[in-house]
Amino acid sequence: MGKSSFGQLVLFRWREFSREPETLFWVFIFPILLTVALGLAFRNQGPQPVAVAVAGDTTDAAVRSTFQTLHADSALIVRLIPTESVDAAFRSGQATVVVVPGLRPTYRFDRRNPASASSIALIDRDLQRAAGRQESFVAQLDDRPARGSRYVDFLIPGLIGLSIMNGSIWGVGWNLVQMRSKKLLRRLAATPMSKAAFLGSFILMRLVFLGLELGVILLFGRLAFDVRIAGSILDLALVVVLGAASFSGIAGLIASRASKSETAQGLMNLVTFPMLLVSGVFFASTNFPDAMQPVIRALPLTALNTLLRAVVNSGTSPWTMPVELLVLVVWGVVPFALALRWFRWT
Amino acid sequence: MNAIRLRGLRHVYPGGVEALRGIDIEIPVGSCFGLLGPNGAGKSTTFEILNGLIQPTSGTVELLGKTWRADAPWLRERVGVQFQETQFYEKLSVAETLTLFRSFYGARGLDPAEAIRLVHLDEKATAHVGQLSGGQRQRLALAVALVGDPELLLLDEPTTGLDPQSRRALWAIVTDWVGRGRTVLLSTHYMDEAEQLCDRLAVIDGGLVIAEGTPRELIARLGGDHVIEFAADGPLDPAALPVAVHSLPNGRMGAAVTDLHRTLPALLSALDRSGVGLTELTTRSATLEDVFVELTGRSLRDG
Repeated sequence: MGKSSFGQLVLFRWREFSREPETLFWVFIFPILLTVALGLAFRNQGPQPVAVAVAGDTTDAAVRSTFQTLHADSALIVRLIPTESVDAAFRSGQATVVVVPGLRPTYRFDRRNPASASSIALIDRDLQRAAGRQESFVAQLDDRPARGSRYVDFLIPGLIGLSIMNGSIWGVGWNLVQMRSKKLLRRLAATPMSKAAFLGSFILMRLVFLGLELGVILLFGRLAFDVRIAGSILDLALVVVLGAASFSGIAGLIASRASKSETAQGLMNLVTFPMLLVSGVFFASTNFPDAMQPVIRALPLTALNTLLRAVVNSGTSPWTMPVELLVLVVWGVVPFALALRWFRWT
Repeated sequence: MNAIRLRGLRHVYPGGVEALRGIDIEIPVGSCFGLLGPNGAGKSTTFEILNGLIQPTSGTVELLGKTWRADAPWLRERVGVQFQETQFYEKLSVAETLTLFRSFYGARGLDPAEAIRLVHLDEKATAHVGQLSGGQRQRLALAVALVGDPELLLLDEPTTGLDPQSRRALWAIVTDWVGRGRTVLLSTHYMDEAEQLCDRLAVIDGGLVIAEGTPRELIARLGGDHVIEFAADGPLDPAALPVAVHSLPNGRMGAAVTDLHRTLPALLSALDRSGVGLTELTTRSATLEDVFVELTGRSLRDG
């Protein structure tokens, strides 16, 4: 890096980053842990078999044939119980549906339990067929998952968005406030240091760290969960850099005046926490009421996550989503301009 | 030529606090000048203005014949500063810190290794800042101020909180720097430091210069370069004494005198005649501390 002040400032940022073991944990280990934990917790496992009980006397032929019919269906777990223990079977969870055989069989079920209600159709179909019903046709079943539709496919772009937000807000904002609270900013301002080189070193190193952070998440997602990027890498890079620029501008604004770490920490949590909840990191932001949607869509993390999912999951070009691009640009330009105006070195 | 020229310097903070109420100071090139005063006297505000970090409310500030308003980049290259309590990044080594700061200066400037040698941190060159003692950190701050090879060095309380040995080491560096023909302005509330280092001094209190001169001149203003302090076991009539005395805390009396060998016996016989006994008697050379007490009625460190 030689003796140029830009090179020295870049080295300074690199040393500050690489000599903090905590940083390494948050950047490299934490996203992996989060992906593993959430990827496992929300693995799509397919429907669980439904517990069905056939109530009646085992010597009764109708009871036995009903049992045989339902037992042949692999989506059901069937047991025989005496008529008097029907309520007990519901209470203990041994049965979510109870079938009482007869000329007109009775299906006892719990309407509030979706598995119980939906398995009625299945049971009815099996028993109707056994009683001789002819189907008009037998449909072909195709349950191959659509690419990019699993929860982990949804999660990985969300984690990238989160990582870009946190990396920029804390990586830029926190460092600036720390340097101000230690009077290091003021000391730097009392030298002929080029302010452009100082700013440039922050931008360059943010991009480098961003590349590292995202590389870790993407590589891990690919190896562990086979999450692939459907769109082009260039589109992804564009979205990522735009997102990082946007959040760096916000970080700069947060850090423009605060001289105490506590103040900055509060402000940063205030900014990031609502977006962590509503901007579709862990679940779709469309879950929130319609009345909130215009506000949610105007948040930078929502726009970033929407763009990331378009590129990573659907392979859609970000240029087809001008609203989201505009949201990010506005959030990048306005806070940055204010930060330049209000920034204090002392 | 003056390295620093302040004229009618006033500064009012946004809250309305008038920190400086009209300061006039001129400091010739190649000298060491001391700003003395208790905490809150206006020393730090004066430094902020000299460092170009804040604009004074009114008044003239010229450094090396230039102003921050018109020639900031030129001045930044030539003015080295040390603030109170700058914390350099702890995980950077001494050499890395100095290389970083050296890179901000153009052709001017010392080799980082030379700056380290000047402040005697050679053995700590590869140690991280976090591993340095308080005194070593102060010396690092001084090295950072020196690494641009400044024509004008501004040191804000450079030895506050240091042990006597570290203070002496720092004094030697400053003396050496002035010996190279450079100008140093330092603030301190240690009188011995001011007497040791400074060619001229200004005593600041309440945002005004209340006295200025060489250390000798200031001490001479006391009316003598020796101080007698005593306490009596009964009431005293000051008019009956051969010297002008002033009251000190704890009922003691003090007087500054020139000819100790004549004044002291005269004082003792006067006390004897008045019929009061002495419970305490000390004599010593007058210091700037006495000047300060005389000027402000307070001790320097009362704040």
